[in-house]
Amino acid sequence: MLKDITLGQYFPGNTVAHRLDPRTKILLVVLYITALFCAGSFAAYGLMAAVLAVCVRVSRVGLRALVKGLKPVLFIIVFTGLLNLLFTPGEGILWAWGPFHVTETGLRNAAFMVLRIMLLIMGTFLMTYTTSPISLTDGLERLLSGLKRFHVPVHELTMIMSIALRFIPTLIEETDKIMSAQKARGADFESGNLMEKARALVPILVPLFISAFRRADELATAMECRCYHGGEGRTKLHVLQYQRRDYAALTLGVLILAGVIALRACGL
Amino acid sequence: MSDMIETESLRFAYPADEGQKPVYALRGVDLTIEKGSFVVVLGHNGSGKSTLAKTFNAVLLPAGGKVYVEGMDTLDQSLLLAIRQRVGMVFQNPDNQIVANVVEEDVAFAPENLGVPTEEIRRRVDDALKAVGMDEFVTHAPHLLSGGQKQRIAIAGVIAMEPDCVVLDEATAMLDPVGRREVLSTVHRLNREKGITVILITHHMDEAEEADRVIVMNDGRVELDGTPAEVFRQVTRLRRLGLTVPDTVDLLDRLRREGLEVPLDALSVEDCAAAIAETVRS
Amino acid sequence: MNTILQVERLTHTYSVGTPFQRSAVEDISFAVERGEFLGIIGHTGSGKSTLIQHLNGLLRPTAGRVLLEGKDIWAEPKKIRNVRFQVGLVFQYPEYQLFEETVYKDIAFGPKNQGKTGDALDHAVREAARLVGLRDEHLDKSPFELSGGQKRRVALAGVLAMEPKVLVLDEPTAGLDPAGRENLMANIRDFHRNQGTTILLVSHSMDEIARNANRILVLKSARILMSGTPAEVFARGEELLAAGLDVPQITRVAMALRDRGLPVDPAVYTVEGLEAQLLALKRGGGPC
Repeated sequence: MLKDITLGQYFPGNTVAHRLDPRTKILLVVLYITALFCAGSFAAYGLMAAVLAVCVRVSRVGLRALVKGLKPVLFIIVFTGLLNLLFTPGEGILWAWGPFHVTETGLRNAAFMVLRIMLLIMGTFLMTYTTSPISLTDGLERLLSGLKRFHVPVHELTMIMSIALRFIPTLIEETDKIMSAQKARGADFESGNLMEKARALVPILVPLFISAFRRADELATAMECRCYHGGEGRTKLHVLQYQRRDYAALTLGVLILAGVIALRACGL
Repeated sequence: MSDMIETESLRFAYPADEGQKPVYALRGVDLTIEKGSFVVVLGHNGSGKSTLAKTFNAVLLPAGGKVYVEGMDTLDQSLLLAIRQRVGMVFQNPDNQIVANVVEEDVAFAPENLGVPTEEIRRRVDDALKAVGMDEFVTHAPHLLSGGQKQRIAIAGVIAMEPDCVVLDEATAMLDPVGRREVLSTVHRLNREKGITVILITHHMDEAEEADRVIVMNDGRVELDGTPAEVFRQVTRLRRLGLTVPDTVDLLDRLRREGLEVPLDALSVEDCAAAIAETVRS
Repeated sequence: MNTILQVERLTHTYSVGTPFQRSAVEDISFAVERGEFLGIIGHTGSGKSTLIQHLNGLLRPTAGRVLLEGKDIWAEPKKIRNVRFQVGLVFQYPEYQLFEETVYKDIAFGPKNQGKTGDALDHAVREAARLVGLRDEHLDKSPFELSGGQKRRVALAGVLAMEPKVLVLDEPTAGLDPAGRENLMANIRDFHRNQGTTILLVSHSMDEIARNANRILVLKSARILMSGTPAEVFARGEELLAAGLDVPQITRVAMALRDRGLPVDPAVYTVEGLEAQLLALKRGGGPC
């Protein structure tokens, strides 16, 4: 069922991970991703995995929910893994068959690649699980507010993002409903070749688009009725303010990145 | 006596296809809505009732005539925000008017737009949620609430502007009976306790029973205008307009035709039963 | 008795094994006779929607069975589509499922899936359009040019064109104005009378159910609270009110009259019925 998609889902809670300023969390994720791309040894990946494990523990988000988040990208993980495993040239061929060959470097690369993607996704998901979409976009708006000087419509972009997030569950539910309605008229989404399957989507996509446009139109009117007139002069219910814990967390993040870079410099 | 909304020979036409004559949805409406009143606007689909509602806060602008909100002309662009802050609007589909995915953030949307200071927003959000009986749901996700609850959030979102008038544009049409009752009792309470003028657009006749005034629209004009008792007494006329009358009035009407001396304006179940009991016994 | 549809100890549990686990339908059994007009009533969340999606195999029971003409619909899961052609399900606000360029093509979607072609297809489409009161000139129009009420008729025709033996209607009149509601219900009544198709009508409106159904099923919190003829069900008006459900306004008037000591039958639920009783009382006869 479509309802099982956890993308962008937020698990309310009151742990430190939840209470951190969203800007801090976005910056931490940037540091974390940078560190992942700098990591080049099992020691470094071990460190990153440990960091993630601690964060997961602190956030009290179940590991199961995080692993579930990997499901939609499982194909990509396996695919990249196999690609690296079977096609990396190098010394020490362990196994070969036709164009495929497994080398020591390949094995290493594949393991790193899979680890990197998995850690990357789980880390990012941990942020979305512990940060409500609205404070996430809020944080993003504040972080990027400097760009307004260069006429980047930061407020509009973040507004688009938060509305998109708000309507994901509604549109998923709608898709489910339309699918059921067309199935009730004998639509078949499972059998047939790729072309037939693509054509079977028309009865879902057309009503879905029409409904999305209608919703957009009505929402725009409703927003105007509530005095929306762009970002100018807007105030906020929740004003973001860095706390001591934010500075602490950011310092920790920078230290870990420095550690990973040091490990790389030491050739580890 | 002060007026909340006043219309003067108000006309409105939706843009027509090229080469076609525009179809007028409103063809000369003169109305005065008093402050603090509870007005129900009835009419079949296409009678112009929804169009009328949308001219009350300048979502639609008159093509002829005027609409004044507390004396402010809706055609005056510079008054737009002031008008919309005075007249809040709740629409039919609860899903399409909720902006945020946390209840309190959604209710805060309008005050944020109005530039209200943070502490004041907090107070308004809490008051508004209390006023609609949804204060337990401050941090909930709106898409998981029932239809009636979502509409109450939408009402709270409007109340947070501290308006003088709330217009509900078929806001009960998509709700189940429980949701409808929730929304109705909420707006009746707002009217009673906060003195907010309520204009309820609906095609459910029974929602008009407790109104101060019922306006029936037909073909872009006001067809009937009076107290619920005065309006519902016109059984044949209402039927001709494609509307039904409450079963209570239908029953009283039938009994009168059979020569029983019952009044036609005992709308509520209790009044109706009392009137019948008295006549049958006599 | 000729049973067409039978539900046996049906249970449906969502999100098994998670903290969100809950049964939307629990241990429900009932049978539907051929040609019957069955009303199903209950709150949002009472399990109505889940229940009806089992009748045409959109959902698979967690426990229990659904029998169509004596045969378990899940006996051959691969052939579940055939069940959907025999039990036509019209969802709430079905106009949102329209997608074709013309009304004709949209109505033809179901029968085409069924494998109908040529004259048989044309006949099915035109007959369905006629049954819901659409005229020939509507057929070549885009469904999106029509009014809300007409769109709904197109969607209804799209299901009728499959010539189902059982028609399940979920809130067919929701959101329509009184004239639109009455027109559509009159259409459905005519259809039921002339075609003899079995109809299951899900509605929030007690008045609508009271006026149309010959038997009523009341659901509450995933179970059947009561079932019987409208008179039997509405005679238990107090219970219905206690369960947070509506009773027809006329039944409430009758209850209020009894409170005032008038001997009217509590099972009355139509204006005509109560009128007749009151006239009889007034003219000196006893309660009828």
